[in-house]
Amino acid sequence: MEILLAIMTGVLYAAGIYMILRRSLVKLIIGIVILGNGVNLLIFLMGGLVKGRPPLISEDEKILEGLYADPVPQALILTAIVISFGLQSFAIVLIKRAYKVLKTDDIDTMNKTDDIT
Amino acid sequence: MSEHLTIYPIIIHLLIAILLLFFWMKPKIQRYISIFGSALGIVIAVLLFQCVWDDGIQSIQLGNWEAPFGISMVADTLAVSLIVLTNIVAFALSIYSTKNMVSSRVKFGYYSIFHFLIMGLSGAFLTGDLFNLYVWFEVIIISSFVLLTIGGRKIQIEGAVKYFTLNMISSIIFLTGIAMVYGVTGSLNMAELSRIIPEIENQGLIQTISLVFFIGFGVKSGVFPLYFWLPASYHTPPTAVSALFAGLLTKVGIYAMLRVFTLIFPLGEVNQIILMVIAGLTMFFGGIGALVQKDILRLFSYLIICHIGFMVGGLSLFTEVAIVGAVMYMFHDIIVKATLFMLGGVMLRIFGSTKMRDMGGLMDNYPKLSVLFAIPLFALVGIPPLSGFWPKISLFSASYSAGEMAMLVMFIFTSLITLIIIAKVWNKTFSEKVDIIERKPDFKYFEDFSWSEKAAYIVPIALLVGVTLYYSFFAEHFQLVAERIGEELMNTEHYYNAVFGIKEVTKL
Repeated sequence: MEILLAIMTGVLYAAGIYMILRRSLVKLIIGIVILGNGVNLLIFLMGGLVKGRPPLISEDEKILEGLYADPVPQALILTAIVISFGLQSFAIVLIKRAYKVLKTDDIDTMNKTDDIT
Repeated sequence: MSEHLTIYPIIIHLLIAILLLFFWMKPKIQRYISIFGSALGIVIAVLLFQCVWDDGIQSIQLGNWEAPFGISMVADTLAVSLIVLTNIVAFALSIYSTKNMVSSRVKFGYYSIFHFLIMGLSGAFLTGDLFNLYVWFEVIIISSFVLLTIGGRKIQIEGAVKYFTLNMISSIIFLTGIAMVYGVTGSLNMAELSRIIPEIENQGLIQTISLVFFIGFGVKSGVFPLYFWLPASYHTPPTAVSALFAGLLTKVGIYAMLRVFTLIFPLGEVNQIILMVIAGLTMFFGGIGALVQKDILRLFSYLIICHIGFMVGGLSLFTEVAIVGAVMYMFHDIIVKATLFMLGGVMLRIFGSTKMRDMGGLMDNYPKLSVLFAIPLFALVGIPPLSGFWPKISLFSASYSAGEMAMLVMFIFTSLITLIIIAKVWNKTFSEKVDIIERKPDFKYFEDFSWSEKAAYIVPIALLVGVTLYYSFFAEHFQLVAERIGEELMNTEHYYNAVFGIKEVTKL
């Protein structure tokens, strides 16, 4: 399972970076979304995978014994997902606005702010 | 009460921002509330500084979760001095924004977002938890996106696309680093990490992870190969926003670097060399980039990059003297860079353009203003006794005593190139005569301003110039603070003891 998730993370990173390098604004956003998901998966993977052991203390025990699933990475991912949701919705509004104002979807033509004259 | 003082700088700006939301679409009241709130922010920041200065590092465990399990907020001398400076700049800018930001922009929540941004900065300075630092960074960037795009001019939107993409990617890289650290150590508390990291066998892996953090923070602070978003976006919004970004946003990246590379991953030899090379290249390309600019705001943007190199360079030398130099440079840079962009805003009002070919004769027409403007420009070059000169003593002597002659040469080169750039600015805008400028019909020039409008532009600049002058003539105060910061950063046990509530036998 770890191997599968590791490969998956790699694929998501690669796909995200590839999409960011494309010239279209929409693909840029898709790339950022994919990259964000890749990071979330990485956090999940780095916390270690434990199957079927929730971090709950059963009634007849005092402390948590043995291996248990680490709840921290899940809390982190939840936070990261919420944050990236907010940023992505901003990004989508931004590209819509950019398309309306600049009348282009091509990143290569967006070079007005780099003019040195 | 005094225990909770640590998080007051965050809470005050949160409350002000929420209060401002109740006055949506009422720009006039918002302006007064913002100025009042920023003034209150300074008072609280100074109180916290006093508290930390007298009693050593303060910490608070949020939600009363004990240290490594919850989120710790830690106010050490570096954090509180930056918070004091942040609040001073914020106060100056909330006065400056009263006239610089037109009502239509204020109506869409400019002031509210402004205070959310200051809140984010205070949080980033205070937090003692790596993931929490990421969250504050996100608070900062989402506020800055809104500030950058508010008004929605064509050029702003285009700048925002570039700014957004690079900052988003840097956050993702930072988060990748956090995931790796958590995987290797199982902790995110900075103080605990400072104890776990040295005990890990595979130090090569640790140094590699630290470079992931360096890339993440490097994009934010604008070091050499990662700075291209900065000059592409910083000149696009109104100058009040640019000044805020220039003064504070890049410095928060440097702050994170200082924190992470002293507390969590003390710099190894290889990383030291990498940082040194990058610092040198940043100074070189920032300087060369600034030389060819014809737009004054873009020129200032490149100067930001150029001088980031001083701070990264100071960190890369990794001796106490060098850290003192870097921290002192950061104090100087926050004030001066914010002043520069505010000054750019006044020039835009005087000449009707930010292009240097449209400028000239400032000295003849506005002699008093010219004197005021000359101070930050000269301070930037580091003409003694102005503020840019003092940090360079520490930086130069640290690089000399570390035997890093290349670094020393780069520092001197950068000072020289800054001098050339400022001389060029001086020639073009202050002394050179131009023919009568064609007046744009629907543009409000500085000379048309009423008395109160002129005051709103000049008073905040005078305030920050006053801080610069204070720095210049009482540099020993800043030196004292910076020396204590250097001591605290290089001896991580102070930080550790403060977080875990261990009483120190000998006070600082």
